[in-house]
Amino acid sequence: MTKAATAEEPLHRALGLTDDELAAIEARLGRAPNRTELAMFAAMWSEHCSYKSSKVHLRTLPTQGPQILVGPGLDAGVVDLGEGMACVFKIESHSHPSAIEPFQGAATGVGGIVRDILSMGARPAALLDPLRFGPLDEGRNRYLFAGVVAGIGGYGNSIGVPTVGGEVKFAPCHSGNPTVNVLCLGFASHDALLPVARGGEGNVMVLIGAATGRDGIGGVSVLASRTLDERAHESRPSVQIGDPFAENLLIEACMELASRGVLRGLQDLGGAGLTCAVSESAARRRVGADLDLDAVPLREPGMEPFEILTSKSEVCLRWGLAATAVAKLRGGGQLYVRHGKTVVAKVPARALAEEGPVYERPIRRPAWIARLREEDPLKSPLPLPLADAFLAVLGSPNVASMRWAFEQYDSIVQGQTVAGPGGDAAIVRLEGTVRAVAVSTDGNGRFGLLDPYLGGLHAVAESTRNVATTGATPLAITNCLNFGSPERPEVMWQFAETVRGIGDACRALNTPVTGGNVSFYNESGDSAVHPTPIIGAVGLLEDYRLLVRSGFPDGGLLIYLLGSTHPELGGSAYADAVLHRVSGKPPDLDLEAEASLQRLLVACGRADLLAAAHDLSEGGLAVALAESAIAGGIGCSVSLPIDWDLEPHIGLFSESASRAVVVPRAGQGAAVEELAAQHGVPITYLGLTGGSTISFTGLFDVPLSDAIVEYEGAIPKLMSPRRTQN
Amino acid sequence: MKPRIAVITFPGSNDDRDALRAVRLLGGEPVPVWHADRDLHGADGVILPGGFSYGDYLRTGAIARFAPAVKAVTRYVEAGRPVLGVCNGFQILCEAGLLPGALIRNAGLSFVCRWVNVRTEARPEGWPGWEAGRVLQIPVKHGEGQWVGSPEDVARVEERGQVALRYCSPDGLEDEAFTPNGSTHNIAGLRNERGNVLGLMPHPEHAVDPDLGPTGGIAVFAWLFAMCGAEVSA
Repeated sequence: MTKAATAEEPLHRALGLTDDELAAIEARLGRAPNRTELAMFAAMWSEHCSYKSSKVHLRTLPTQGPQILVGPGLDAGVVDLGEGMACVFKIESHSHPSAIEPFQGAATGVGGIVRDILSMGARPAALLDPLRFGPLDEGRNRYLFAGVVAGIGGYGNSIGVPTVGGEVKFAPCHSGNPTVNVLCLGFASHDALLPVARGGEGNVMVLIGAATGRDGIGGVSVLASRTLDERAHESRPSVQIGDPFAENLLIEACMELASRGVLRGLQDLGGAGLTCAVSESAARRRVGADLDLDAVPLREPGMEPFEILTSKSEVCLRWGLAATAVAKLRGGGQLYVRHGKTVVAKVPARALAEEGPVYERPIRRPAWIARLREEDPLKSPLPLPLADAFLAVLGSPNVASMRWAFEQYDSIVQGQTVAGPGGDAAIVRLEGTVRAVAVSTDGNGRFGLLDPYLGGLHAVAESTRNVATTGATPLAITNCLNFGSPERPEVMWQFAETVRGIGDACRALNTPVTGGNVSFYNESGDSAVHPTPIIGAVGLLEDYRLLVRSGFPDGGLLIYLLGSTHPELGGSAYADAVLHRVSGKPPDLDLEAEASLQRLLVACGRADLLAAAHDLSEGGLAVALAESAIAGGIGCSVSLPIDWDLEPHIGLFSESASRAVVVPRAGQGAAVEELAAQHGVPITYLGLTGGSTISFTGLFDVPLSDAIVEYEGAIPKLMSPRRTQN
Repeated sequence: MKPRIAVITFPGSNDDRDALRAVRLLGGEPVPVWHADRDLHGADGVILPGGFSYGDYLRTGAIARFAPAVKAVTRYVEAGRPVLGVCNGFQILCEAGLLPGALIRNAGLSFVCRWVNVRTEARPEGWPGWEAGRVLQIPVKHGEGQWVGSPEDVARVEERGQVALRYCSPDGLEDEAFTPNGSTHNIAGLRNERGNVLGLMPHPEHAVDPDLGPTGGIAVFAWLFAMCGAEVSA
């Protein structure tokens, strides 16, 4: 509640509730809600907490599978890793707070998702941060990028959870609308998990963590569920302030409590603070609760009930944390909130947590999409010498190395990071075993803009392919869906199409959805973000010593391309970086071919046939080869196959789906060819590793050192202190 | 002999578990010590681990120096026993006056996590388990790792051979371009005059497992173990 209700604007509207929603609340209570109750409903029925616009679409996603231990609906999903171990993981958005206060917005986003993992009884083991910003030639975008990266580092590094990956992309639509998503995963043995709603009437709820303050109030209703406008900076008090030290202690305290077996459940104070935690816990157990606000430790005196109830302030004595019994579960389903001697709210717990509105909002395919797709980049001649185009793509911010950001993250604490940022997927092992989890995040906003269905397909295919390229078997995904306002039918169409694409891909690739997050209202002025589904894929690597890395390890090895290449430049990095346009039709995606490719990559990894493998995505074959050369410090010499019948720049930069470059171990070329044939995956010999140049026979040679300057130097140059200003 | 190595956990320590694991991996017996403990459980050597003790509030290491366990460390150092301080542990040793100078914000103003090369420097009177002139690959991860001292401190640590490690090129050449934090004279690690305290910004506990990367950290543990009259098994 950052602005007072006025005569023109009644309180419920100031809180983000519609007139119809107020009527529904009155019908449910049989009376008008008081001020406190209204604030509780506003938080819990916000778009952010209730998924009221997205629910009807999300229901179509596949969520079942033998590997799924816990699907959507709880704090985080859980997937089976075998041998009694489980991986708990989830992705969430913190874009709106980060747009207003980048450091604290991003930092507390990390804090929130870490508590989700903790709530399931798992020790947080890794973080990934997919980020989207406007172009870095604008000062404000540099300020947001620098602030968000510093915030992620400042928080993640302090709590001792390694940040092992997450990609960063740039597009004009993100100026003013940065996308900040955070994925956390953790490990637990099956019997340590706390997913089931154990414990009913009579159980006591103990609040542990930091004291409750006045920050973060209205974060879900005022910030996350509205479009940011020119007065957005006035919502700065709605951004919570993080205390990573308290979170660090909270992790240790919760792990210790869980190991002593004294907990029947653990619930994070997320989007809507205490209201959310108590009403969800009670509703899940089909009971009510007595909540005593006087017991809540406060940072400052005189806070009003609605403030205590909706503050998202960051959340046991050995660890020096306050632990206070604040509520008791009771029969009857009513949630009573007491303050002083009075009951300040009395509402059914389920009405708050489970009976929010569900909207089937109108959808309409935008008229501009057909026009945009007709402008096929294939029709434009190459405007530069090919070698210059190659370096331009390699040094474009969407392709270039993100070392500038990654090096600000502690990627190795906890001592289990087998492969950190920069590879196809990050690899985190289970302590004391040879098993490891591979995890990758991906999502191409340009594809989403030009064809949201294909955008959904590609996001799932690309993230799972990254996992498979390392030799790991993809198991499941979590998604963070970043869109504009759901009140616009064009945005809802993009959303529906994207979800349809994700569902189809997940069914075909056998990677069910274990949950995630929807972030709407990512628009300012008349610019909305591209439909950006960020997919976090998790896979199992049964023996991390068989990990296949992307860098060329040695000279004299054979290089093959897996998959088929077509003339597909729509939405490509080449079209963006060289032609300066986002248009055309994104590459097609044959889900059968994708599934075969991924099975082949896993089979090759398991048989230890590969010295290196790298997935093809932005920038196509040219960029994949360059990245493998740069990562290994070893050049390569390849020829484009004659039978491709493609212009060289199309062959080099096409972003046809379902492809990877593989380098068999010495003497294993024939074995890989045979395995590819068995899996029905086209395999093409390209050339050899070695030397100090990246050489495309008959086309051009670029010294590896020049490629490194472009690839590694691009972001530091854009972010040099001389240019970075507030 | 299996050296018993204490690792002190402060609220906010992060690499304490990594240090305990490294000690075990290299054949020592890890001994967890809580910051409020008043003694070091009779350990042969002590590690002050990395992390953010007490949230690094006020100043890195500034609060930790008052912890009961650090008081015990001070007595332990006076008795000539070996102490290794890593990252936040190095910062605590400087705050506690057990090593000279201070660690301030990196010259680039950003946290930096990166594998670096450090060269082992000789101690004129010799140092157990320490081979000078080696180039070790060990990761750093810190926001405040720039070592600074008064002109007298800087002159003294150089004259008395207290510099144990310097950032360097892969070939062992000193060059500021390879120093991740702007540290004075490229100093990555310092020892006290008596030679029983070593503080360094790189994290040797994260460079001991060949499955995870280079193993330059073993050389640092070799010193600590040697000071306990033992050898690392790797």
